[in-house]
Amino acid sequence: MPVLWIVLAVLGLGLIGYMVGRMRALGSAGGDTRQLHSLPNYYGWHAFMLTIVPALLVLAAWLLVAPNMIESRIGGALPDSAIADGSSRSLVMAETRRAAGAVDMALAQGKLDAEKVAALRSDFTDVTSLLKETGAVITSDISEPVLNAALDFRDMVRSSNLWMTIVVGALSIAGFGMAILRTDKDFRARNIVEGGIKVILILASTIAILTTVGIVLSMLFETSNFFEKYPWQKFFFGSSWAPEFRANADGSSRSELGMLPLLWGTLYISLVALLVAVPVGLFAAIYLSEYAGSKLRAVAKPMIEILAGIPTIVYGLFALITVGPLVRDWIAQPAGLGNSTNSVMTAGLVMGIMLIPFVSSLSDDIINAVPQTMRDGSFGLGATHSETIKQVVLPAALPGIVGAVLLAASRAIGETMIVVMGAGAAAAQFQDGLGAVINPFEAMTTVTVKIVSQLTGDTDFASPETLVAFALGLTLFVITLGLNVLALYIVRKYREQYE
Amino acid sequence: MTDATANTPTAPKQSKHAGSLFGANARTKKRNASEARFRAYGLTAVGIGVAALIMLMSSILSQGLPAFQQTFITLEVHLDAAKLDKSGERDIEAIKKVSTFGYAPLIKTALIAKNEALGIDAEALGISAKEMSAMISKEAAAQLRRFVIADPDRIGETVEFEFLASGRIDGYYKDRVTLESAERDSNVSPAQLHYADALKEGGALSTHFNWGFLTMADASENRPEAAGIGVAMIGSLYMMLIVLCLALPIGVAASIYLEEFAPKNWITDLIEVNISNLAAVPSIVFGILGLAIFINYAGLPQSAPIVGGLVLTLMTLPTIIISTRASLKSVPPSIRDAALGVGASKMQSVFHHVLPLAMPGILTGTIIGLAQALGETAPLMLIGMVAFVREFPAAPPEGFFDPASALPVQVYNWTTRADPAFVERASGAIIVLLIFLLCMNFLAILLRRRFERRW
Repeated sequence: MPVLWIVLAVLGLGLIGYMVGRMRALGSAGGDTRQLHSLPNYYGWHAFMLTIVPALLVLAAWLLVAPNMIESRIGGALPDSAIADGSSRSLVMAETRRAAGAVDMALAQGKLDAEKVAALRSDFTDVTSLLKETGAVITSDISEPVLNAALDFRDMVRSSNLWMTIVVGALSIAGFGMAILRTDKDFRARNIVEGGIKVILILASTIAILTTVGIVLSMLFETSNFFEKYPWQKFFFGSSWAPEFRANADGSSRSELGMLPLLWGTLYISLVALLVAVPVGLFAAIYLSEYAGSKLRAVAKPMIEILAGIPTIVYGLFALITVGPLVRDWIAQPAGLGNSTNSVMTAGLVMGIMLIPFVSSLSDDIINAVPQTMRDGSFGLGATHSETIKQVVLPAALPGIVGAVLLAASRAIGETMIVVMGAGAAAAQFQDGLGAVINPFEAMTTVTVKIVSQLTGDTDFASPETLVAFALGLTLFVITLGLNVLALYIVRKYREQYE
Repeated sequence: MTDATANTPTAPKQSKHAGSLFGANARTKKRNASEARFRAYGLTAVGIGVAALIMLMSSILSQGLPAFQQTFITLEVHLDAAKLDKSGERDIEAIKKVSTFGYAPLIKTALIAKNEALGIDAEALGISAKEMSAMISKEAAAQLRRFVIADPDRIGETVEFEFLASGRIDGYYKDRVTLESAERDSNVSPAQLHYADALKEGGALSTHFNWGFLTMADASENRPEAAGIGVAMIGSLYMMLIVLCLALPIGVAASIYLEEFAPKNWITDLIEVNISNLAAVPSIVFGILGLAIFINYAGLPQSAPIVGGLVLTLMTLPTIIISTRASLKSVPPSIRDAALGVGASKMQSVFHHVLPLAMPGILTGTIIGLAQALGETAPLMLIGMVAFVREFPAAPPEGFFDPASALPVQVYNWTTRADPAFVERASGAIIVLLIFLLCMNFLAILLRRRFERRW
């Protein structure tokens, strides 16, 4: 029975439970709701919950665990002889699954019947052509062990499904019966239902933790796989990035996967971006909160904030079709510094524009939090407006502004689309000397660009060239997390408390 | 009398002021100049911000608006029964066997007939029949075939069709291709452009609004004129549906717990720190999570909206939780106290009184979170959404598992292609994306204005 139908059946039983529970509670009170402990609906919800929750939980657990168990049992039973040279257990397993699917299709199309399926084991002829006729994707000839494994696989899946249906159905009916039996006018249905709702609320709020755990675990797992195939010293301290897809004669990889060139590109582009965003954002925030009249503020503030709502792909396209050619034609080529539309400068400038609203709105909040009395005191001593800002307001707001800059830096480091479209794909070449690495008009790639390029297209999760992306991702995660935590720490530690 | 002596004309001589009190001295002038400079810096910074926005918008608009216009060539095609249905039995299976190659000659014949009707001398223009039919998109034969298969009874008739002109001809009317550039281009010749002008004069070629851009699927590298954002819009819509159905209930439930029920202990602290950190995790990391967990571990299909929706849900959750908590916090405690006072349980006071009052704020935060998710690109690239998808996904729920594209990823996809016509289409798709974002943000502002309560 398909899973959807099981779910629908359980839900249907739950609905019946709701109505029966409600009616039974009312009946036990003789139709007088004042006699009941809880409102009638709570008795209904109680029955509904008991009917569906345990059943659906078991269903979900079963669906998560059963496929893995079946795979490992079948995979373990495959004889080593069935695994051809150059193939692997997982590939043979995939073929087994396809063969099992083809048998199912043949059954559905009437090309096979139950008896013939049983006879397939002893009568092993023309199976491949028969299964290919069904339109299933079968590439190679099916060998006897694979066919037997496929048939075992089918049997186990079917019996697992049967047992799943029985267990889930039984649980649902048991829950239903228990709820109905418990329903009585003195039964505290509301407390139970509210306890159940609270559990759901708690589960929802743990999803945030689960996400973090998922991120860390998935990256740690693949990163440790990577470090088994590639030494970690060479990854963290290697000064050359040159993935090679041809392996050496002995099968070892000849790629050089040093992280430093990518990290340099990331930091360099982020630095350019911050050099644009911090002065512009900070001055804009100061002007808008200290000087601007209400009319200018009403127009300019939303316009700058619009910049924050624009998706990064738009900035990427802007870098690609407008800023890149502009920078090349007006600065890089006349000065003889480069011929590429993709450059550190292009990506940095555009990313700087993206970060302006980020810096300005954070600084704006912080500047507004400085109390007016401090400004008035400074004015009273004869300071001009700008002197007040420079010597009173900014020092008071400094921790917050530093925090904002750190958050902006973490954004810049993790930004992907702008650098994918604006910065280029060539890693910094340290061996060509310092000049090649610090020229901002040359293309330079970043950590995020390489994560994208190593993980899109055809990926082989056994090769270090693909797995390196997880190590890069983990590094990125750690750096941005560190910056965020540092920003929060600075803001909390050095924040001035005003009444 | 001391007052009088102080006011004697000798007093100013002792002060530092050399001249009149009304004239500024050098130091004051310096300070005032520095004040003016400071103001000018601030104004410049605001100006830079606004100028950047205007430049960004005008660049996208000027590049993208032409994508909504397309050049079409109108032809009267004779659906020759001898070629399309040799048996003459109008058997649909037999008709389907004729491939698009069988339809191409019909178009060529129709073009030659058009020349005669308009009195265009192809030989004088120096254009061969092959070059002429190359001016019509390769999509035209497929369009013709679809028409015939949908309506086999029209075989034998002469029907008027509007075909897409090829990308280069279209570019000629959008100033992307000129007579000079055509000399150097292997895909188009000046003779073709002259011929196109002649067709335009005769009224057979026209440029007008192209609905196909919004409804058609992506097209291959060499037919940019037929590429559209239909599949991408459906993919984005599916993902937004999934995000809305998952992120809103989960986010609201989590916020209610954290704001109303959670005891103050290290577990709740941990959850709160987690949520604020998740909001700052780079989006690409969520893509890696999706690839590792949903695709590699759980075995969900690549490029499917379900995976994209799940990844975007995890990304949107922190935004929704933060804004929901803020709006729950803004409901005054007196409401809760009043509900508890008339005998409601804690749960009832929250669900019956606090939550409805906080709803406008929650919805505003949700819409803003959805708008962010709609524009997100990087994580979707990692879960295979960059694949070339030509088939429309099925209706939900099966469609959630079919391959689809997404608007921002489609934009990226087009920018990686060589033909400049795709850059125009990428900008056009961005305009559509921005219009959606504008509508969503407008809706959020409207909700806030209409329902926001000041306590």
